[in-house]
Amino acid sequence: MDIQSWTYLIVGLSFALYIGIAFVTRVRSTSGFYVAGHGVPAIFNGMATGADWMSAASYISMAGIISFTGFTGSVYLIGWTGGYVLLALLLAPYLRKFGKYTVPDFVGDRYYSDVARVVAVMCAVFVSFTYVAGQMRGVGVVFSRFLEVDINTGVIIGMILVFIYATLGGMKGITYTQVAQYVVLIIAYLIPAIAISHVMTGHWIPQIGFGAKVVGGENAGVYLLEAIDQIHRDLGFPEYTGTFISGHKSMIDMFCVTLALMVGTAGLPHVIIRFYTVKNVHAARWSAFWALLFIGILYTTAPAIATFARVNLIQTLHEKSYEQRPEWYKSWEQTDLIAWVDKNGDGIIQYASGPAFAGKPDFQEKEDGSYVLGAAQQPLLNNEPSDGPNELYVDRDIMVLANPEIAQLPAWVVALVAAGGLAAALSTAAGLLLVISSSMSHDLGKSIIKPNMSEKEELRWARTAAGGAVILAGYFGINPPGFVAQVVAFAFGLAASSFFPVIILGIFSKRTTKEGAISGMLSGIGFTAIYIYYFKFHNPGAGPDQWWFGISPEGIGSLGMVINFVVTMTVTAFTPAPPAEVQEQVENLRYPSL
Amino acid sequence: MNAEQQTESAIEAAKKAYWTANISVVLVLMGIWFLFGCVLSIFAVDALNKIRLGGFPLGFWMAQQGTTIAFIFVTLVYVLIMKRLDVRYLAQCGKKPSEEPTTDA
Repeated sequence: MDIQSWTYLIVGLSFALYIGIAFVTRVRSTSGFYVAGHGVPAIFNGMATGADWMSAASYISMAGIISFTGFTGSVYLIGWTGGYVLLALLLAPYLRKFGKYTVPDFVGDRYYSDVARVVAVMCAVFVSFTYVAGQMRGVGVVFSRFLEVDINTGVIIGMILVFIYATLGGMKGITYTQVAQYVVLIIAYLIPAIAISHVMTGHWIPQIGFGAKVVGGENAGVYLLEAIDQIHRDLGFPEYTGTFISGHKSMIDMFCVTLALMVGTAGLPHVIIRFYTVKNVHAARWSAFWALLFIGILYTTAPAIATFARVNLIQTLHEKSYEQRPEWYKSWEQTDLIAWVDKNGDGIIQYASGPAFAGKPDFQEKEDGSYVLGAAQQPLLNNEPSDGPNELYVDRDIMVLANPEIAQLPAWVVALVAAGGLAAALSTAAGLLLVISSSMSHDLGKSIIKPNMSEKEELRWARTAAGGAVILAGYFGINPPGFVAQVVAFAFGLAASSFFPVIILGIFSKRTTKEGAISGMLSGIGFTAIYIYYFKFHNPGAGPDQWWFGISPEGIGSLGMVINFVVTMTVTAFTPAPPAEVQEQVENLRYPSL
Repeated sequence: MNAEQQTESAIEAAKKAYWTANISVVLVLMGIWFLFGCVLSIFAVDALNKIRLGGFPLGFWMAQQGTTIAFIFVTLVYVLIMKRLDVRYLAQCGKKPSEEPTTDA
């Protein structure tokens, strides 16, 4: 069977499994819909949290980014796992003890204020929407490459699937589907990594192979990381393991970006909400551990894949004739994610540091839609070639998906990787949609607009909101606003500067007042949003020398968080203490129930 | 002081001890978190890279592997210590430690 038939088979089977699970776990109560009736075992919640958290960005993009940035790419590994330590130690146990259903529930009750609740709802919905549009786009990309359907058709198929299991099963359906999706995505991620590690280094464990010596080929007997550093020097790239290289992040910026990612992770509503689904505080702590373990399996494999893929990519393409390019190159060329411009007219691909041309590939098309071909039968580009020697454009997002093909693994592995990518994107999308739906039906509908509605009515609101959110997310997936891709990266900074300080202070300081919390959230997120807007959209040309303290817009959430803490504590000092019953409620969060 | 007041003051003392212990555990573990996540992987990476761990420069290994592994252990240690604190607290309050020490009301 070829790649496409295998993909139809494996993706079809996995989808049938997800729908089956949704039918078995369908719910009739709001508690089942919002928090799976607080009945999920810790280890399953750990897996579900892993799938919920690991999105198309973790699965498809992260190894690719590390592959192209080497040491600097570590910010994602440290930041996204470090956030779980914060969740486990500072948030999950207390929020579980608090009970209830959502993050705005906590903010609204702890700060005895509907204004605080509404601010929290707006932050939650904004963060979740920017995320979910990116997931839908990821689903579309996988469909278009492996099933050769139109990207938009792919988005619609994904929407229908998520719609079925999110509205039917609510949190319970989503949780058990996510458990299955974790299993699919981790197997799909590990199999190619193990196979490639064994071929390149003779070690079956990628985490070890990545630090071992290369077997066979021109670099035989040399440590893999030394080989790649040498290749990078030869082609004019900075060393792969090199630190704080010019053009990459400085030390202070790396620190700030890592911190913003850690704190942002701990402030993401769709992750926090998962800890409400377990039975008790003890299970909440265990599930934070399981989640980090299950995430860690992928996150320690990703940098190994990044290195293998980097070496493979350069060795299969650099100084090779375009006409003898491998099959995978031909299939990815059709998705506009890889392109070659023959600057010296020798018909041979030269790869080097620097961009090959300005912008993303824009192929010249004839009136019938076919490409205009050059001397080596390569599609020609409209883009202005750059002055540098580099002739090759490679989008970093293809590294994980193309990796099994580059390493010449069998067709079923390629199909499995595609199914894994879909599992990663769909599981995250479903978790985010639930946050949006519960914010609408529970935090706005039940808590503010119509407090006396029946459970049945609230459930109808929740299902309607989930349906509406799926359709809106699908619309953004098909017509992505230009800013989505950029904003997703900043969602962490926004979460770090809004939710995190307010939740931490809400738990650890009884004295913190609503005036403090509201002004803290607004000043933190306001400062961060303005800084990002100024340097990304208003004055994108401004470089590191104009940044405050050398902190990039990606890392500014760290400073926003500090501002939030300072403002909240200062305003608290000048406003009357919270009512006694609120202080008692906070006190109760701290001890095991008797 | 009657018996009821005595139990109450015992519970107050147990609460205080529990929260103090909890805060110290969290502070120590957060220190380890910062040591791995920020010091060994970022601030001291150049110094550590002079040491090699097989084919890895040590700082690079810390940033891409070691830190994640350390985080997993930090979380595990936290879960286990907190379980002991929960059991001790419940015992001090006169409750038998059950399998699930922190079930909700």
